Amino acid sequence: MSEISNQLENLSYKAQQIANEASQLASSVTETSGGHSDFIIFGITVLVLACFVGYYVVWSVTPALHSPLMGVTNAISSVIIVGALLAAGPVDSNISKYFGLVAVTLAAVNIFGGFVVTNRMLSMFKKKQ
Amino acid sequence: MSTLTTAAYLVSSVLFILSLRGLSHPSTARRGNFLGILGMAIAIVTTLSNPGVLSYKEIGIAFLIGGLIGTSIAVKIQMTALPQLVAAFHSLVGLAAVFVAASAYYNPSAFNIGAVGSIPMGSLIEMSIGTAIGAVTFTGSIIAFGKLQGFVSGNPLVFKGQHFINLLLGLGIIALIVKFCIDQNQELFWLIVFASFVIGVLLIVPIGGADMPVIVSMLNSYSGWAAAGIGFTLSNNLLIITGALVGSSGAILSYIMCKGMNRSFLNVLLGGFGGEQAASAGGVKDDRQAKQGNAADAAFMMKNSKTIIIVPGYGMAVAQAQHALREMGDLLKAAGAEVRYAIHPVAGRMPGHMNVLLAEANVPYDEVLELDEINRDFSETDVAFVIGANDVTNPAAKTDKTSAIYGMPILDVENAGQVFFVKRGMASGYAGVQNELFFRENTLMLFGDAKKVCEDIIKGLEN
Repeated sequence: MSEISNQLENLSYKAQQIANEASQLASSVTETSGGHSDFIIFGITVLVLACFVGYYVVWSVTPALHSPLMGVTNAISSVIIVGALLAAGPVDSNISKYFGLVAVTLAAVNIFGGFVVTNRMLSMFKKKQ
Repeated sequence: MSTLTTAAYLVSSVLFILSLRGLSHPSTARRGNFLGILGMAIAIVTTLSNPGVLSYKEIGIAFLIGGLIGTSIAVKIQMTALPQLVAAFHSLVGLAAVFVAASAYYNPSAFNIGAVGSIPMGSLIEMSIGTAIGAVTFTGSIIAFGKLQGFVSGNPLVFKGQHFINLLLGLGIIALIVKFCIDQNQELFWLIVFASFVIGVLLIVPIGGADMPVIVSMLNSYSGWAAAGIGFTLSNNLLIITGALVGSSGAILSYIMCKGMNRSFLNVLLGGFGGEQAASAGGVKDDRQAKQGNAADAAFMMKNSKTIIIVPGYGMAVAQAQHALREMGDLLKAAGAEVRYAIHPVAGRMPGHMNVLLAEANVPYDEVLELDEINRDFSETDVAFVIGANDVTNPAAKTDKTSAIYGMPILDVENAGQVFFVKRGMASGYAGVQNELFFRENTLMLFGDAKKVCEDIIKGLEN
Protein backbone atom coordinates (compact mmCIF):
# COMPACT_ATOMS: atom_id res chain seq x y z
CA MET A 1 0.00 0.00 0.00
CA SER A 2 2.60 2.46 1.14
CA GLU A 3 4.68 1.66 -1.92
CA ILE A 4 1.80 2.44 -4.22
CA SER A 5 1.08 5.67 -2.41
CA ASN A 6 4.75 6.56 -2.65
CA GLN A 7 4.72 5.94 -6.34
CA LEU A 8 1.57 7.95 -6.66
CA GLU A 9 3.21 10.79 -4.80
CA ASN A 10 6.21 10.59 -7.09
CA LEU A 11 3.97 10.59 -10.12
CA SER A 12 1.97 13.53 -8.91
CA TYR A 13 5.17 15.38 -8.19
CA LYS A 14 6.42 14.70 -11.70
CA ALA A 15 3.10 15.74 -13.15
CA GLN A 16 3.40 18.86 -11.07
CA GLN A 17 6.81 19.62 -12.54
CA ILE A 18 5.61 19.05 -16.06
CA ALA A 19 2.63 21.27 -15.42
CA ASN A 20 4.92 23.95 -14.03
CA GLU A 21 7.18 23.78 -17.04
CA ALA A 22 4.20 23.90 -19.35
CA SER A 23 2.78 26.92 -17.60
CA GLN A 24 6.19 28.56 -17.74
CA LEU A 25 6.31 27.97 -21.43
CA ALA A 26 2.80 29.29 -21.75
CA SER A 27 3.65 32.35 -19.73
CA SER A 28 6.74 33.01 -21.80
CA VAL A 29 4.57 32.75 -24.86
CA THR A 30 2.02 35.19 -23.49
CA GLU A 31 4.95 37.36 -22.44
CA THR A 32 6.16 37.79 -25.97
CA SER A 33 2.61 38.45 -27.10
CA GLY A 34 2.19 41.04 -24.36
CA GLY A 35 0.23 38.82 -21.95
CA HIS A 36 1.78 40.19 -18.81
CA SER A 37 1.42 43.81 -19.72
CA ASP A 38 -2.25 42.93 -20.11
CA PHE A 39 -2.34 41.97 -16.47
CA ILE A 40 -0.69 45.24 -15.49
CA ILE A 41 -3.51 47.21 -17.07
CA PHE A 42 -6.07 44.83 -15.60
CA GLY A 43 -4.38 45.01 -12.20
CA ILE A 44 -4.26 48.79 -12.25
CA THR A 45 -7.97 48.83 -13.08
CA VAL A 46 -8.66 46.65 -10.07
CA LEU A 47 -6.36 48.78 -7.91
CA VAL A 48 -8.06 52.04 -8.82
CA LEU A 49 -11.54 50.64 -8.31
CA ALA A 50 -10.53 49.12 -4.98
CA CYS A 51 -9.16 52.50 -3.88
CA PHE A 52 -12.59 54.00 -4.49
CA VAL A 53 -14.27 51.21 -2.53
CA GLY A 54 -11.74 51.74 0.26
CA TYR A 55 -12.34 55.48 0.24
CA TYR A 56 -16.09 55.20 0.77
CA VAL A 57 -15.94 52.30 3.21
CA VAL A 58 -13.30 53.92 5.40
CA TRP A 59 -15.07 57.27 5.57
CA SER A 60 -18.11 55.45 6.90
CA VAL A 61 -16.11 54.06 9.81
CA THR A 62 -17.06 55.84 13.02
CA PRO A 63 -14.12 57.81 14.51
CA ALA A 64 -14.57 55.98 17.82
CA LEU A 65 -13.46 52.79 16.06
CA HIS A 66 -10.38 54.16 14.33
CA SER A 67 -8.05 52.10 16.52
CA PRO A 68 -9.84 48.82 15.74
CA LEU A 69 -9.80 49.90 12.08
CA MET A 70 -6.02 50.01 12.24
CA GLY A 71 -6.02 46.62 13.91
CA VAL A 72 -8.16 45.05 11.19
CA THR A 73 -6.34 46.67 8.29
CA ASN A 74 -3.09 45.55 9.84
CA ALA A 75 -4.36 41.99 10.01
CA ILE A 76 -5.76 41.90 6.48
CA SER A 77 -2.66 43.49 4.94
CA SER A 78 -0.98 40.23 6.00
CA VAL A 79 -2.86 38.64 3.12
CA ILE A 80 0.64 38.92 1.71
CA ILE A 81 0.88 35.42 3.24
CA VAL A 82 -0.56 34.24 -0.09
CA GLY A 83 2.74 35.13 -1.71
CA ALA A 84 4.68 33.71 1.22
CA LEU A 85 2.89 30.35 0.93
CA LEU A 86 3.62 30.12 -2.79
CA ALA A 87 7.26 30.90 -2.06
CA ALA A 88 7.48 28.30 0.70
CA GLY A 89 5.50 25.74 -1.30
CA PRO A 90 8.08 23.84 -3.41
CA VAL A 91 9.48 20.60 -1.93
CA ASP A 92 13.14 21.19 -2.76
CA SER A 93 14.95 23.27 -0.20
CA ASN A 94 16.66 26.40 -1.41
CA ILE A 95 17.15 29.99 -0.27
CA SER A 96 13.90 31.02 -1.92
CA LYS A 97 11.92 28.53 0.13
CA TYR A 98 13.51 29.68 3.39
CA PHE A 99 12.65 33.27 2.59
CA GLY A 100 9.10 32.11 2.00
CA LEU A 101 8.96 30.30 5.35
CA VAL A 102 10.24 33.38 7.19
CA ALA A 103 7.58 35.45 5.45
CA VAL A 104 4.91 32.91 6.43
CA THR A 105 5.95 33.23 10.08
CA LEU A 106 5.99 37.04 10.00
CA ALA A 107 2.61 37.21 8.29
CA ALA A 108 1.15 34.68 10.74
CA VAL A 109 2.27 36.80 13.72
CA ASN A 110 0.41 39.67 12.15
CA ILE A 111 -2.73 37.79 11.19
CA PHE A 112 -3.23 36.30 14.64
CA GLY A 113 -1.96 39.35 16.51
CA GLY A 114 -4.05 41.75 14.44
CA PHE A 115 -7.34 39.90 14.65
CA VAL A 116 -6.96 38.96 18.32
CA VAL A 117 -6.08 42.47 19.47
CA THR A 118 -8.94 43.92 17.39
CA ASN A 119 -11.33 41.47 18.93
CA ARG A 120 -10.09 42.46 22.38
CA MET A 121 -10.66 46.13 21.62
CA LEU A 122 -14.11 45.60 20.15
CA SER A 123 -15.29 43.39 22.99
CA MET A 124 -14.74 46.35 25.33
CA PHE A 125 -17.09 48.71 23.49
CA LYS A 126 -20.39 48.51 25.35
CA LYS A 127 -23.61 50.44 25.20
CA LYS A 128 -25.14 52.19 28.18
CA GLN A 129 -27.19 49.75 30.25
CA MET B 1 -4.84 30.30 -11.73
CA SER B 2 -7.95 28.16 -11.98
CA THR B 3 -11.41 29.67 -12.08
CA LEU B 4 -12.24 28.18 -8.70
CA THR B 5 -9.16 29.75 -7.11
CA THR B 6 -9.96 33.12 -8.63
CA ALA B 7 -13.53 32.87 -7.35
CA ALA B 8 -12.37 31.96 -3.85
CA TYR B 9 -10.00 34.94 -3.81
CA LEU B 10 -12.88 37.15 -4.90
CA VAL B 11 -14.95 35.87 -1.96
CA SER B 12 -12.04 36.75 0.33
CA SER B 13 -11.83 40.25 -1.11
CA VAL B 14 -15.53 40.85 -0.58
CA LEU B 15 -15.31 39.55 2.99
CA PHE B 16 -12.46 42.00 3.69
CA ILE B 17 -14.52 44.88 2.35
CA LEU B 18 -17.48 43.82 4.51
CA SER B 19 -15.18 43.51 7.49
CA LEU B 20 -14.20 47.18 7.21
CA ARG B 21 -17.80 48.08 6.53
CA GLY B 22 -18.77 46.48 9.85
CA LEU B 23 -16.73 49.08 11.70
CA SER B 24 -19.25 51.78 10.84
CA HIS B 25 -20.94 51.07 14.18
CA PRO B 26 -19.79 49.42 17.42
CA SER B 27 -22.78 47.06 17.33
CA THR B 28 -21.71 45.48 14.02
CA ALA B 29 -17.96 45.76 14.51
CA ARG B 30 -17.33 42.35 16.05
CA ARG B 31 -19.14 40.65 13.21
CA GLY B 32 -16.95 42.66 10.87
CA ASN B 33 -13.83 41.35 12.54
CA PHE B 34 -15.17 37.82 12.23
CA LEU B 35 -15.78 38.30 8.48
CA GLY B 36 -12.18 39.45 8.19
CA ILE B 37 -10.96 36.26 9.86
CA LEU B 38 -13.17 34.21 7.54
CA GLY B 39 -11.79 36.01 4.50
CA MET B 40 -8.24 35.35 5.64
CA ALA B 41 -8.99 31.66 6.28
CA ILE B 42 -10.44 31.27 2.78
CA ALA B 43 -7.42 33.01 1.25
CA ILE B 44 -4.98 30.75 3.11
CA VAL B 45 -6.83 27.48 2.39
CA THR B 46 -7.20 28.42 -1.28
CA THR B 47 -3.50 29.12 -1.58
CA LEU B 48 -2.60 25.89 0.21
CA SER B 49 -4.64 23.96 -2.36
CA ASN B 50 -2.50 25.43 -5.13
CA PRO B 51 -0.70 22.50 -6.83
CA GLY B 52 2.64 24.28 -6.39
CA VAL B 53 2.32 24.28 -2.60
CA LEU B 54 3.53 20.93 -1.30
CA SER B 55 5.64 21.40 1.82
CA TYR B 56 2.75 21.42 4.26
CA LYS B 57 4.84 20.33 7.22
CA GLU B 58 7.31 23.20 7.14
CA ILE B 59 4.57 25.69 6.33
CA GLY B 60 2.46 24.34 9.19
CA ILE B 61 5.32 24.76 11.64
CA ALA B 62 6.12 28.29 10.45
CA PHE B 63 2.45 29.25 10.61
CA LEU B 64 2.04 27.78 14.08
CA ILE B 65 5.10 29.55 15.47
CA GLY B 66 3.95 32.87 14.03
CA GLY B 67 0.39 32.33 15.21
CA LEU B 68 1.48 31.53 18.75
CA ILE B 69 3.74 34.57 18.97
CA GLY B 70 1.08 36.86 17.54
CA THR B 71 -1.68 35.56 19.78
CA SER B 72 0.33 35.68 22.98
CA ILE B 73 1.45 39.25 22.31
CA ALA B 74 -2.08 40.37 21.44
CA VAL B 75 -3.57 38.77 24.54
CA LYS B 76 -1.03 40.25 26.93
CA ILE B 77 -0.55 43.75 25.57
CA GLN B 78 -1.81 46.65 27.69
CA MET B 79 -4.32 48.87 25.94
CA THR B 80 -2.20 51.96 26.65
CA ALA B 81 0.58 50.31 24.59
CA LEU B 82 -1.62 49.79 21.52
CA PRO B 83 0.10 52.41 19.32
CA GLN B 84 3.52 50.79 19.61
CA LEU B 85 2.00 47.35 19.08
CA VAL B 86 0.37 48.48 15.85
CA ALA B 87 3.65 50.08 14.72
CA ALA B 88 5.50 46.84 15.46
CA PHE B 89 2.95 44.81 13.50
CA HIS B 90 3.29 47.15 10.51
CA SER B 91 7.01 46.52 10.46
CA LEU B 92 6.35 42.78 10.10
CA VAL B 93 4.14 43.28 7.04
CA GLY B 94 6.92 45.36 5.47
CA LEU B 95 9.56 42.76 6.21
CA ALA B 96 7.33 39.94 4.94
CA ALA B 97 6.91 41.86 1.68
CA VAL B 98 10.69 42.10 1.32
CA PHE B 99 11.08 38.35 1.92
CA VAL B 100 8.35 37.44 -0.55
CA ALA B 101 9.93 39.65 -3.20
CA ALA B 102 13.38 38.18 -2.51
CA SER B 103 11.94 34.72 -2.80
CA ALA B 104 10.29 35.60 -6.10
CA TYR B 105 13.60 36.93 -7.34
CA TYR B 106 15.52 33.74 -6.51
CA ASN B 107 12.84 31.30 -7.64
CA PRO B 108 10.58 33.07 -10.14
CA SER B 109 9.10 29.83 -11.45
CA ALA B 110 7.15 29.32 -8.20
CA PHE B 111 5.31 32.52 -9.09
CA ASN B 112 5.03 31.86 -12.81
CA ILE B 113 7.16 34.83 -13.71
CA GLY B 114 9.82 33.23 -15.89
CA ALA B 115 13.18 31.80 -14.80
CA VAL B 116 16.18 33.14 -12.90
CA GLY B 117 17.96 35.78 -14.96
CA SER B 118 15.10 36.14 -17.41
CA ILE B 119 12.30 37.60 -15.34
CA PRO B 120 10.11 39.82 -17.51
CA MET B 121 10.60 43.57 -17.14
CA GLY B 122 7.09 44.21 -15.80
CA SER B 123 7.53 41.73 -12.96
CA LEU B 124 10.92 43.21 -12.10
CA ILE B 125 9.47 46.69 -11.80
CA GLU B 126 6.62 45.48 -9.58
CA MET B 127 8.96 43.35 -7.53
CA SER B 128 11.44 46.14 -6.87
CA ILE B 129 8.76 48.69 -6.02
CA GLY B 130 7.10 46.22 -3.64
CA THR B 131 10.49 45.56 -2.06
CA ALA B 132 11.31 49.23 -1.64
CA ILE B 133 7.96 50.10 -0.03
CA GLY B 134 8.16 47.02 2.19
CA ALA B 135 11.66 47.89 3.35
CA VAL B 136 10.73 51.53 4.10
CA THR B 137 7.69 50.31 6.04
CA PHE B 138 9.90 47.93 8.02
CA THR B 139 12.52 50.34 9.33
CA GLY B 140 10.11 53.29 9.51
CA SER B 141 7.79 51.27 11.73
CA ILE B 142 10.67 50.11 13.90
CA ILE B 143 11.65 53.73 14.56
CA ALA B 144 8.03 54.70 15.20
CA PHE B 145 7.79 51.75 17.60
CA GLY B 146 10.98 52.88 19.36
CA LYS B 147 9.69 56.42 19.74
CA LEU B 148 6.33 55.28 21.11
CA GLN B 149 7.89 52.70 23.43
CA GLY B 150 10.58 55.13 24.60
CA PHE B 151 13.63 53.25 23.23
CA VAL B 152 14.29 56.14 20.89
CA SER B 153 13.84 59.73 22.09
CA GLY B 154 10.42 61.11 21.19
CA ASN B 155 12.04 64.41 20.35
CA PRO B 156 12.44 65.18 16.69
CA LEU B 157 15.98 64.53 15.49
CA VAL B 158 16.88 67.17 12.95
CA PHE B 159 20.22 67.87 11.34
CA LYS B 160 21.45 70.03 8.54
CA GLY B 161 20.85 68.84 5.00
CA GLN B 162 18.45 66.14 6.20
CA HIS B 163 15.89 66.64 3.47
CA PHE B 164 18.60 66.90 0.86
CA ILE B 165 20.02 63.52 1.92
CA ASN B 166 16.52 62.00 1.81
CA LEU B 167 15.98 63.39 -1.66
CA LEU B 168 19.34 62.05 -2.81
CA LEU B 169 18.59 58.62 -1.35
CA GLY B 170 15.14 58.61 -2.93
CA LEU B 171 16.57 59.37 -6.35
CA GLY B 172 19.29 56.79 -5.73
CA ILE B 173 16.67 54.12 -5.07
CA ILE B 174 14.87 55.00 -8.31
CA ALA B 175 18.16 54.76 -10.22
CA LEU B 176 18.90 51.40 -8.57
CA ILE B 177 15.45 50.10 -9.54
CA VAL B 178 15.99 51.14 -13.15
CA LYS B 179 19.40 49.47 -13.24
CA PHE B 180 18.02 46.36 -11.51
CA CYS B 181 15.25 46.03 -14.08
CA ILE B 182 17.82 45.99 -16.84
CA ASP B 183 20.58 43.87 -15.25
CA GLN B 184 18.58 41.62 -12.88
CA ASN B 185 21.68 41.65 -10.72
CA GLN B 186 21.31 40.26 -7.19
CA GLU B 187 23.67 42.82 -5.63
CA LEU B 188 21.39 45.53 -6.99
CA PHE B 189 18.38 43.86 -5.41
CA TRP B 190 19.97 43.92 -1.96
CA LEU B 191 21.22 47.47 -2.52
CA ILE B 192 17.61 48.54 -3.11
CA VAL B 193 16.62 46.80 0.13
CA PHE B 194 19.47 48.42 2.05
CA ALA B 195 18.90 51.94 0.69
CA SER B 196 15.18 51.64 1.47
CA PHE B 197 15.99 50.53 5.02
CA VAL B 198 18.11 53.64 5.47
CA ILE B 199 15.53 56.03 4.04
CA GLY B 200 12.86 54.45 6.27
CA VAL B 201 14.91 55.41 9.33
CA LEU B 202 15.73 58.89 8.06
CA LEU B 203 12.10 59.66 7.24
CA ILE B 204 10.84 58.97 10.75
CA VAL B 205 13.61 60.26 13.07
CA PRO B 206 12.77 63.97 12.57
CA ILE B 207 9.17 63.46 13.66
CA GLY B 208 8.10 64.25 17.22
CA GLY B 209 6.14 61.98 19.55
CA ALA B 210 2.76 63.71 19.32
CA ASP B 211 2.84 63.59 15.52
CA MET B 212 2.95 59.81 15.76
CA PRO B 213 -0.80 59.36 15.02
CA VAL B 214 -0.12 60.67 11.51
CA ILE B 215 2.97 58.52 11.12
CA VAL B 216 1.40 55.31 12.42
CA SER B 217 -1.48 55.84 9.97
CA MET B 218 0.94 56.60 7.17
CA LEU B 219 2.90 53.40 7.81
CA ASN B 220 -0.41 51.54 7.89
CA SER B 221 -1.01 52.92 4.43
CA TYR B 222 2.48 51.92 3.25
CA SER B 223 2.02 48.34 4.42
CA GLY B 224 -1.07 48.22 2.22
CA TRP B 225 0.76 49.54 -0.84
CA ALA B 226 3.53 47.00 -0.24
CA ALA B 227 0.94 44.20 -0.30
CA ALA B 228 -0.57 45.64 -3.49
CA GLY B 229 2.91 45.76 -5.08
CA ILE B 230 3.44 42.08 -4.32
CA GLY B 231 -0.06 41.47 -5.71
CA PHE B 232 1.12 42.77 -9.08
CA THR B 233 4.13 40.46 -9.01
CA LEU B 234 1.84 37.49 -8.35
CA SER B 235 -0.87 38.73 -10.75
CA ASN B 236 -3.19 38.30 -7.80
CA ASN B 237 -6.27 40.51 -7.48
CA LEU B 238 -6.89 39.62 -3.84
CA LEU B 239 -3.60 41.19 -2.82
CA ILE B 240 -4.20 44.22 -4.99
CA ILE B 241 -7.70 44.80 -3.61
CA THR B 242 -6.67 44.28 0.00
CA GLY B 243 -3.59 46.42 -0.46
CA ALA B 244 -5.70 49.22 -1.91
CA LEU B 245 -8.20 48.97 0.97
CA VAL B 246 -5.47 49.16 3.60
CA GLY B 247 -3.59 51.80 1.66
CA SER B 248 -6.57 54.11 1.35
CA SER B 249 -7.60 53.47 4.95
CA GLY B 250 -4.21 54.57 6.25
CA ALA B 251 -4.16 57.56 3.92
CA ILE B 252 -7.59 58.72 5.08
CA LEU B 253 -6.62 58.33 8.74
CA SER B 254 -3.46 60.40 8.18
CA TYR B 255 -5.58 63.04 6.47
CA ILE B 256 -8.03 63.15 9.40
CA MET B 257 -5.15 63.48 11.86
CA CYS B 258 -3.50 66.27 9.88
CA LYS B 259 -6.79 68.12 9.69
CA GLY B 260 -7.19 67.69 13.45
CA MET B 261 -3.94 69.61 13.85
CA ASN B 262 -4.52 72.05 10.98
CA ARG B 263 -1.20 71.05 9.46
CA SER B 264 -0.41 69.79 6.02
CA PHE B 265 0.79 66.25 5.55
CA LEU B 266 4.03 67.57 4.10
CA ASN B 267 4.58 69.76 7.15
CA VAL B 268 4.28 66.72 9.43
CA LEU B 269 6.49 64.63 7.16
CA LEU B 270 9.25 67.20 7.03
CA GLY B 271 9.32 66.91 10.80
CA GLY B 272 11.08 68.97 13.41
CA PHE B 273 7.80 70.05 15.02
CA GLY B 274 7.43 70.02 18.80
CA GLY B 275 9.60 68.40 21.42
CA GLU B 276 12.02 70.18 23.75
CA GLN B 277 13.52 72.45 21.11
CA ALA B 278 10.24 74.01 20.20
CA ALA B 279 9.27 74.23 23.85
CA SER B 280 12.32 76.30 24.75
CA ALA B 281 12.12 78.43 21.63
CA GLY B 282 8.43 79.21 22.06
CA GLY B 283 8.49 79.48 25.84
CA VAL B 284 8.11 83.19 26.38
CA LYS B 285 8.38 83.93 30.10
CA ASP B 286 4.95 84.36 31.55
CA ASP B 287 4.48 86.23 34.82
CA ARG B 288 0.78 85.64 35.05
CA GLN B 289 -0.39 83.44 37.86
CA ALA B 290 -2.72 80.53 37.28
CA LYS B 291 -5.25 79.80 39.99
CA GLN B 292 -4.58 76.60 41.80
CA GLY B 293 -7.22 74.40 43.40
CA ASN B 294 -7.22 71.11 45.23
CA ALA B 295 -9.08 67.84 44.85
CA ALA B 296 -11.48 68.61 47.68
CA ASP B 297 -12.63 71.86 46.00
CA ALA B 298 -13.09 70.04 42.71
CA ALA B 299 -15.06 67.24 44.36
CA PHE B 300 -17.34 69.72 46.11
CA MET B 301 -18.01 71.79 43.00
CA MET B 302 -18.57 68.84 40.70
CA LYS B 303 -20.93 67.20 43.16
CA ASN B 304 -23.15 70.25 42.87
CA SER B 305 -23.14 70.50 39.09
CA LYS B 306 -25.69 69.18 36.64
CA THR B 307 -23.59 68.71 33.53
CA ILE B 308 -19.94 67.65 33.29
CA ILE B 309 -17.78 67.06 30.23
CA ILE B 310 -14.50 65.21 30.67
CA VAL B 311 -11.72 65.90 28.13
CA PRO B 312 -9.07 63.15 28.21
CA GLY B 313 -5.71 63.30 26.45
CA TYR B 314 -2.46 61.39 26.18
CA GLY B 315 -1.55 62.28 29.78
CA MET B 316 -4.44 60.11 30.95
CA ALA B 317 -2.98 57.15 29.06
CA VAL B 318 0.51 57.75 30.47
CA ALA B 319 -0.83 57.85 34.04
CA GLN B 320 -3.15 54.85 33.37
CA ALA B 321 -5.89 57.01 34.88
CA GLN B 322 -8.81 55.72 32.80
CA HIS B 323 -10.18 53.38 35.48
CA ALA B 324 -9.99 55.95 38.28
CA LEU B 325 -11.55 58.48 35.91
CA ARG B 326 -14.48 56.20 35.12
CA GLU B 327 -15.01 55.57 38.85
CA MET B 328 -15.09 59.31 39.42
CA GLY B 329 -17.61 59.65 36.61
CA ASP B 330 -19.81 56.93 38.12
CA LEU B 331 -19.89 58.69 41.49
CA LEU B 332 -20.81 61.96 39.82
CA LYS B 333 -23.57 60.24 37.88
CA ALA B 334 -24.83 58.73 41.11
CA ALA B 335 -24.89 62.26 42.53
CA GLY B 336 -27.24 63.24 39.70
CA ALA B 337 -24.91 64.82 37.15
CA GLU B 338 -24.84 64.11 33.44
CA VAL B 339 -21.29 62.99 32.60
CA ARG B 340 -19.97 62.87 29.04
CA TYR B 341 -16.57 62.59 27.40
CA ALA B 342 -15.23 64.76 24.56
CA ILE B 343 -12.53 63.34 22.30
CA HIS B 344 -10.35 65.48 20.06
CA PRO B 345 -9.34 63.77 16.76
CA VAL B 346 -5.63 63.83 17.66
CA ALA B 347 -5.93 62.96 21.35
CA GLY B 348 -3.52 60.13 22.20
CA ARG B 349 -0.87 58.50 20.08
CA MET B 350 -3.02 56.78 17.48
CA PRO B 351 -6.43 57.46 15.91
CA GLY B 352 -9.20 56.44 18.31
CA HIS B 353 -6.73 55.73 21.14
CA MET B 354 -8.82 57.48 23.82
CA ASN B 355 -12.01 55.69 22.79
CA VAL B 356 -10.37 52.32 23.32
CA LEU B 357 -8.98 53.29 26.72
CA LEU B 358 -12.34 54.59 27.91
CA ALA B 359 -14.04 51.47 26.57
CA GLU B 360 -11.48 49.42 28.48
CA ALA B 361 -12.51 51.25 31.65
CA ASN B 362 -16.14 50.30 30.92
CA VAL B 363 -17.31 53.73 29.85
CA PRO B 364 -20.32 53.12 27.54
CA TYR B 365 -19.53 54.28 24.00
CA ASP B 366 -22.64 56.44 23.76
CA GLU B 367 -21.24 58.74 26.47
CA VAL B 368 -18.07 59.32 24.42
CA LEU B 369 -18.49 62.01 21.77
CA GLU B 370 -16.41 63.48 18.98
CA LEU B 371 -15.41 67.12 18.67
CA ASP B 372 -18.16 68.17 16.22
CA GLU B 373 -20.81 66.33 18.20
CA ILE B 374 -20.13 67.96 21.54
CA ASN B 375 -18.32 71.25 20.96
CA ARG B 376 -21.46 73.41 21.07
CA ASP B 377 -22.50 71.93 24.40
CA PHE B 378 -19.61 73.38 26.40
CA SER B 379 -21.39 76.72 26.73
CA GLU B 380 -24.28 75.00 28.51
CA THR B 381 -22.04 72.86 30.68
CA ASP B 382 -21.29 73.50 34.35
CA VAL B 383 -17.90 71.82 34.54
CA ALA B 384 -15.26 70.86 31.98
CA PHE B 385 -12.70 68.45 33.41
CA VAL B 386 -9.52 68.39 31.32
CA ILE B 387 -7.23 65.47 32.13
CA GLY B 388 -4.00 64.90 30.25
CA ALA B 389 -4.90 67.08 27.28
CA ASN B 390 -3.37 70.49 26.63
CA ASP B 391 -2.89 71.98 23.16
CA VAL B 392 -6.29 70.76 21.97
CA THR B 393 -8.00 73.03 24.52
CA ASN B 394 -5.95 76.20 23.90
CA PRO B 395 -8.21 79.12 22.95
CA ALA B 396 -5.20 80.83 21.36
CA ALA B 397 -5.74 78.52 18.37
CA LYS B 398 -8.80 80.62 17.54
CA THR B 399 -7.54 84.09 18.36
CA ASP B 400 -3.75 84.36 18.21
CA LYS B 401 -2.59 84.44 14.60
CA THR B 402 1.07 84.21 15.65
CA SER B 403 0.56 80.99 17.60
CA ALA B 404 2.07 77.76 16.28
CA ILE B 405 -1.29 76.09 16.66
CA TYR B 406 -3.39 78.86 15.10
CA GLY B 407 -6.28 77.42 13.12
CA MET B 408 -6.23 74.04 14.78
CA PRO B 409 -9.76 72.92 15.71
CA ILE B 410 -10.00 72.90 19.50
CA LEU B 411 -12.47 71.80 22.14
CA ASP B 412 -14.13 74.96 23.46
CA VAL B 413 -13.72 74.07 27.12
CA GLU B 414 -13.29 77.74 28.07
CA ASN B 415 -17.03 78.21 27.45
CA ALA B 416 -17.93 75.93 30.34
CA GLY B 417 -18.96 77.46 33.66
CA GLN B 418 -15.92 76.07 35.45
CA VAL B 419 -12.80 74.41 34.04
CA PHE B 420 -10.67 71.99 36.04
CA PHE B 421 -7.31 71.35 34.44
CA VAL B 422 -5.41 68.32 35.70
CA LYS B 423 -1.71 68.69 34.97
CA ARG B 424 1.63 67.67 36.45
CA GLY B 425 3.18 71.14 36.22
CA MET B 426 2.99 74.42 34.34
CA ALA B 427 5.08 73.17 31.40
CA SER B 428 3.71 73.94 27.95
CA GLY B 429 2.28 71.26 25.72
CA TYR B 430 3.73 69.49 22.70
CA ALA B 431 3.51 72.49 20.42
CA GLY B 432 5.58 74.51 22.90
CA VAL B 433 2.79 77.06 23.25
CA GLN B 434 1.55 78.47 26.55
CA ASN B 435 -2.09 77.54 27.10
CA GLU B 436 -4.21 80.69 27.47
CA LEU B 437 -6.79 78.65 29.28
CA PHE B 438 -4.66 78.48 32.44
CA PHE B 439 -5.13 82.20 33.10
CA ARG B 440 -8.84 82.39 32.55
CA GLU B 441 -11.16 83.53 35.36
CA ASN B 442 -13.03 80.23 35.32
CA THR B 443 -10.03 77.89 35.29
CA LEU B 444 -8.71 76.08 38.33
CA MET B 445 -5.50 74.07 38.00
CA LEU B 446 -5.28 70.73 39.77
CA PHE B 447 -1.59 69.87 39.92
CA GLY B 448 -0.54 66.25 40.25
CA ASP B 449 -0.48 62.88 38.56
CA ALA B 450 -3.73 62.30 36.65
CA LYS B 451 -4.53 59.05 38.41
CA LYS B 452 -3.70 60.43 41.85
CA VAL B 453 -5.90 63.49 41.30
CA CYS B 454 -8.83 61.31 40.25
CA GLU B 455 -8.42 59.12 43.31
CA ASP B 456 -8.30 62.17 45.57
CA ILE B 457 -11.48 63.52 44.01
CA ILE B 458 -13.12 60.11 44.49
CA LYS B 459 -12.25 60.32 48.19
CA GLY B 460 -13.70 63.81 48.31
CA LEU B 461 -16.90 62.65 46.62
CA GLU B 462 -17.31 59.70 48.95
CA ASN B 463 -17.16 61.92 52.06
